Amino acid sequence: MKIHLTSVFVDDQAKALHFYTEILGFVKKHDVPVGEQDRWLTVVSPDEPGGTELLLEPTGHPAAKAYRDALVQDGIPLAQFAVDDVHAEYARLHGLGVHFIQEPLDMGPVTTAVFDDTCGNLIQIATEPA
Amino acid sequence: MADDLFKALADPTRRTILDELTLKSGQTLFEICSRLSMKHQLGISRQGVSQHLAVLEAAGLVETRREGRYKFHDLNTAPLRRIADRWLAPDASRPEENTP
Repeated sequence: MKIHLTSVFVDDQAKALHFYTEILGFVKKHDVPVGEQDRWLTVVSPDEPGGTELLLEPTGHPAAKAYRDALVQDGIPLAQFAVDDVHAEYARLHGLGVHFIQEPLDMGPVTTAVFDDTCGNLIQIATEPA
Repeated sequence: MADDLFKALADPTRRTILDELTLKSGQTLFEICSRLSMKHQLGISRQGVSQHLAVLEAAGLVETRREGRYKFHDLNTAPLRRIADRWLAPDASRPEENTP
């Protein structure tokens, strides 16, 4: 068994696609219309085109808002992405106007930071121990 | 109020939370939990940390602030000054300083 796909609920799929590709730097993998308005929309890392896909999932279910609001209030990220250098990535994204609610924090072997994805979620970036 | 303050300070985990807020004020619950587990190897549940924060807030040592959809915790050291004012004599009345 392996993890092939994971997802984040997003307020607006078009806006999410822009943020996850133009700002974060992922690339679009699948974009298939589903129903009247929704899309099966996934992105992957350019470093791993065949790797785990991230589904930018519409927030259609009524419980999704309460769930996400509660997590965001407490600063809890919905997903974590690995980067080579959290400090460098923070500087790059901050320069692009991304709002961080936790600046880079060195905690022993792990360094993390948390930002707002503008689509209703908090995302953590982490530098994995060498 | 004084009882709340001393009760809040009597717990080592709560003092560690204050240490971390001294390093950086304005942390989310998640960041405080991360610091306690990663930096201090304290295995406390999120609910447990919330309860500690509630005690610190009741004592006036921590204040919460909502900013948009986020909630941040700030350090407030004013109650500690009242401890100093209560027992530490003001400079002018210190005998060694009154002596030429």
